[in-house]
Order: sequence, then C-alpha cells, then structure tokens
Amino acid sequence: MNAPTLPNDYAAYPDAKGRFGDYGGQYVPETLMPLVHDLDAAYAAAKADPAFQAELSGFLTHYVGRPSPLYFASRLTEHFGGAKIYLKREELNHTGSHKINNCMGQILLARRMGKTRIIAETGAGQHGVASATVCARFGLPCVVYMGAVDVERQKPNVFRMNLLGAQVESVTSGSATLKDAMNEALRDWVTNVHDTYYMIGTAAGMHPYPEMVRDFQAVIGREVREQILEAEGRLPDAVVACVGGGSNAIGIFHPFLNDEGVKLIGVEAAGDGMDTQRHAAAINGGRPGVLHGNLTYLLQDDQGQITEAHSISAGLDYPGIGPEHSWLHDVGRATYQTATDAESLDAFMLLSKLEGILPAIESAHALARIGEIARDVGKGGVVVLNLSGRGDKDVNTVAAHLGRQI
Amino acid sequence: MTQARIDARFAALKAEGRAAFVPYVMAGDPDAATALAILKGLPEAGADLIEVGFPFSDPMAEGPPIQRAAQRALAKGMTLKGTLALIAAFREADQTTPVILMGYMNPLVTWGFQAFARDAAVAGVDGMIVVDCPPEEADPLADALEANGMALIFLTTPTTDDKRLPTVIRRASGFVYYVSVAGVTGVKEADAAAVAPNVERIRKASGLPVAVGFGIKTPERAAAIAQVADAVVVGSALVDEVAEAVELNEDVTRRVLSKVDSLAKAVRFARRGLTAV
Repeated sequence: MNAPTLPNDYAAYPDAKGRFGDYGGQYVPETLMPLVHDLDAAYAAAKADPAFQAELSGFLTHYVGRPSPLYFASRLTEHFGGAKIYLKREELNHTGSHKINNCMGQILLARRMGKTRIIAETGAGQHGVASATVCARFGLPCVVYMGAVDVERQKPNVFRMNLLGAQVESVTSGSATLKDAMNEALRDWVTNVHDTYYMIGTAAGMHPYPEMVRDFQAVIGREVREQILEAEGRLPDAVVACVGGGSNAIGIFHPFLNDEGVKLIGVEAAGDGMDTQRHAAAINGGRPGVLHGNLTYLLQDDQGQITEAHSISAGLDYPGIGPEHSWLHDVGRATYQTATDAESLDAFMLLSKLEGILPAIESAHALARIGEIARDVGKGGVVVLNLSGRGDKDVNTVAAHLGRQI
Repeated sequence: MTQARIDARFAALKAEGRAAFVPYVMAGDPDAATALAILKGLPEAGADLIEVGFPFSDPMAEGPPIQRAAQRALAKGMTLKGTLALIAAFREADQTTPVILMGYMNPLVTWGFQAFARDAAVAGVDGMIVVDCPPEEADPLADALEANGMALIFLTTPTTDDKRLPTVIRRASGFVYYVSVAGVTGVKEADAAAVAPNVERIRKASGLPVAVGFGIKTPERAAAIAQVADAVVVGSALVDEVAEAVELNEDVTRRVLSKVDSLAKAVRFARRGLTAV
C-alpha cells in the first residue's frame, strides 16, 4: 500500500477506475467484465438523469415511506448523561431496514437496463427481503442466495422472502454464511450473463457497486443533515453506525465527509471478543486483500486464505468491508470501533426497555458504543446514531442467548 | 526466460500438426505427496503443458468439483508456498514441460507480486492464470511476472466481443485461454461448433496459440475441441477422478493418470481422424 495522501474533497471518490485511494477496483472474472462496464455506464447515465432521480424519489416517498424520522431519544440520553442522542429511524422504512433504499434504486436501474431476472445475496435476510419486495412490486423473478447457517438462524425472513415470491437458495459451500452466498450469487451471474441483474446489498464488491450503493443510501445522511439543522440548528458532533459491509454507515457518513467537525464512527462486530479468533471486524482485525471484486480490509490467514467471520448478527457476519470505509480508516476521516456479541445484546435490551424500540442486532452494535461516545462528546453536544433496522427478526436469537424458549 | 518453454512447446506441436493436451490438477489434492506423484506422471501420460491450481478459500468462478478439490487441498494444509515446492520437485526430473499456475488474486497479494514472481521463476513456473485479475487490474502483476520471464495468461470468454478483445490481449503472452462457456468450471458442456469461430478470431487478433477450457469432460469432446483449438484443457473431470478414487479407496495416481492418458490420446489423434482406442 502507498501511504495515503489526504484528499481535499472526500466526497469526490471513487476515481475513474473505481478506486478510493488504493481500495476498490474491479477484480472479477473476464466473463463479468463487459457486464460490469455496462452497469457502470448505465448507472452513470441514470445518476445524471433527472427523470430517473424523480422516479426514485417518488417511490422512496410513497412506497418506502421516506423521509424516516430523526428521533430525539431523551431517555437514552438521560441514561448515559452525555450528549443528546438522536436516532435515525431507518427501521421504520418499509421492510424494516435501510436495505430498501438501495434495492429501490437498483431495481429501477435494472428495469432501465432491460434485465429480466434479479439475483441477490443476503446475510440476516434484510437485503433478501428488500430485494424480494421490490421484485414483487415490479414483477421480476428473484433468486436470493443465503448461507445455510443463516437460513437456520433467520427463518422468519426466509419465509417472508418466500411469501414475496422469491426463491431462496440455501448455500452449503464454504462456511455457509454471507461470503459464500456472495460467491454463489457471482457464480449464478457468470452463468446467466444475458438476462440477469445482480443486486448487491452492501457498498462493497466490484466498481460501480460501492459507489452506487453508497449513493442510494446517502439519502439517509442527506435527510439527517436537514433534520438535525432543523432540530438543533447545527451539525452533529458525531455520527455513529454499525459496519458489516458498511452500507448503512457509508449512507449516513457520506453527506458529512467534508464537515471535518463531524466525527464519523463505525462499529464493527467483535463477536466473542477481539482477543479471540471469533469476530467479524475486518478493519480492526484484518488486513488489505482482494475478495469479491475489490481490494479492501479482509479477515484472512497469513497465506491469504479468507477466514470465517463470527458474529451473533448474521448481517455483520462478513469477512470484508466496503472499500470506501477502508480508505476513510487509512486517511483518518472515520474511526472504527468494535462491540462484542454480549455488549450488543445488552444494548438491544437497553433500547427496548428505555425507548420502546427493538433494534436489529446489527444496529445494536452501534448502540453498544453510543454511551461512551455521548459521554466523550459531553453535555451540550449532539450525536446521531443510525438505527438501521428493527429487531423483530432477532427475537429468536436473543431468546436463545438468554436461555429462554419462545 | 522460462516463458520460452511455453513458446517452444507450442512451436513443436505446430510442427507436429496437433493440439496440446493440458490437464489441470489441484496442488495438494488429495495430499501433497499424491499430487506430486500425479504431477510427475503427467508428461508420460500425455500432458503437453500442465496447469496446477493453487487452492483458494473463495473460488468464485469454479463449479463444485474444483471448489471441493480446493477444500480438500486446504484441509491438508496446502499453500501457495507449498505449491511452488511441488513445482520445484517436479522440475528436478522435467525441464521441458511448461507449468502454468492457476488461481485467485489474494494469495498473490499476500505474498507480494515481486517476491512471488522471483520465487515462482526459481521454482520453474512458466506462466500464471489469475481468474479474478482482468486486464484492467493486471499491470502490477504482469510487470512482476514479465520481469521474471513468466507469462500472464489472459482469459477470453463468450462475452469478450470484438470491441473488448484488444483490451484483453494487450499484454497477452504465451497463449490465450478461451473459456468456452459463460459459466463456472465443470458445469456446462463446450460446443466445438460455437468455439471454432471464437478461437479463430482470438488467434488472429493476438497472434498467439489459443487454449480452450471449461466444460470439456470426455475424450470425445476433447477430440472435437482439438480439431479447432491449439490446446485443450481438462480440469473438473480430472479432480472428480481424485474425489472418486479417494471415496472408493483406489490408487488415486493411477486413476487420474489413466484418465489423462485417454484424454491425451483423443487430443493427439483428433486431427488424423483416428480414434483414441
């Protein structure tokens, strides 16, 4: 890696080759390269087309239910006794998470490109459900690849996808989790190049996905900016989000990248703890390498074999992270902390009891760090946390960890 | 200049008027010692060039047979370093058969391109195929290999149209690989009639021999492809032999080499209108 040079405009990336500094790129088999170039061109045209943006905006308003509220969590704030804590209520979106923002953008693009079959990968099932939802809405067949381990721990979401008409393919290869689901989706795409659109769920993979998914999720940060200015008359001191692949985090971070007074804090999944091998923290516990089309921080052994991630949260159980996060970490514009399974479970319970909101176990990782962050910022300050999904899907997991039967 | 071995081999085959047979074996499958025994037996069984896979945990363009082969090799502790040791051991007895390594980027990124290229050349590697390294990302690796006399072999596919072909062959050397089906290894079957015009197109544009692989399983199919291509690559069908021999507790080396023998004969006699048996 070259030593990172500090950019003047953080928001100007990726460059023409799909790079955020050294990170990103297009490491895909030749069969896919023409498709990836087509997608790049089609997205660039759509991005610049007011008609596309207007169509997307209409669906986000009337179908997804945007804007999502920015809610002042007064009891949580009081509990920690630090800065005011606001929650960006992405869990109130249709389908219960931020994932639908990206899916709506990509399905409109797929239609524009004349694609007739959609494939997707999913970990927790949130992206799978969102993909199945937009496919139902636009009448396109949808195949969702999901690791067999995740199929087991996220049964309600599997059934939801089936109800929405999607075919869920249980993936048993490799470690049978999200990375293997992504491998299978890529194998499907290589095989069905003529009609298939690959709807990647996070801001990772080969260019243009990291840029495109970020753009579709940046609606979160744009709304927060307006909402916090209206509520507090100022920008927040810190913006906090959980990070697996990192789409909810980059979505809320991106509109603040050039506001250097706003701290950007991602929280990775530490699983059993960073002193163990069982975690999913690519930045805190990995090093740069190439997987799924991009150069980025990865969990891997000393021979460059990808190692299994471990997290209570299926949505964060991925050995990589989006390339823009890798770059923001290296240049120091964002910082990446961690939260263990146990800390996240505590945070899950805390938010449920104090605010009457069941957070997704993914979002609970960010909540696990919010107390310290709010105290560091101090009274008089303002922090915003992206509550990226709702926790109804996780009640079985939480019950199991509490030793309870439901 | 080890790439010279590839050029010399294709020149000799051209003089003979026949296509090359190129078996693919996975390093360390089912274990290092057996893989070496197979490797050593390949030239006599009829291999003109040899592709050796180095295992990766997440091989995104492979079908189930090669995925499983990689898992078997990794379970037995095979590494990229171990793969080079295997090639070095093979080279002790064979100085002429070109060896091409095939795999994925990340183990190479981990090693470092420069250091890897130096060590691979010393071990006796002649070229590399890196599945997730398209021409757009290839320059740093190609530079390192070239400086050490090795070829980076590029893949062309049914989606590589005339507009894209110049980009793909810009830095091609040794030979060009034509992936005969849009798909992963070892699933769909290659169709010689559909392959022929593409081989011709790529040969003409690159001035290099064209090897065809992905989807060639039987001697009949190999013979048909050998009529139109400069080299025929068979991989999944051979690693399946390893899997079956292990399962049936048979002699793995003998079983694989016997399959190689039948495929190699089919390729060798294809253009003379003779049958393999």
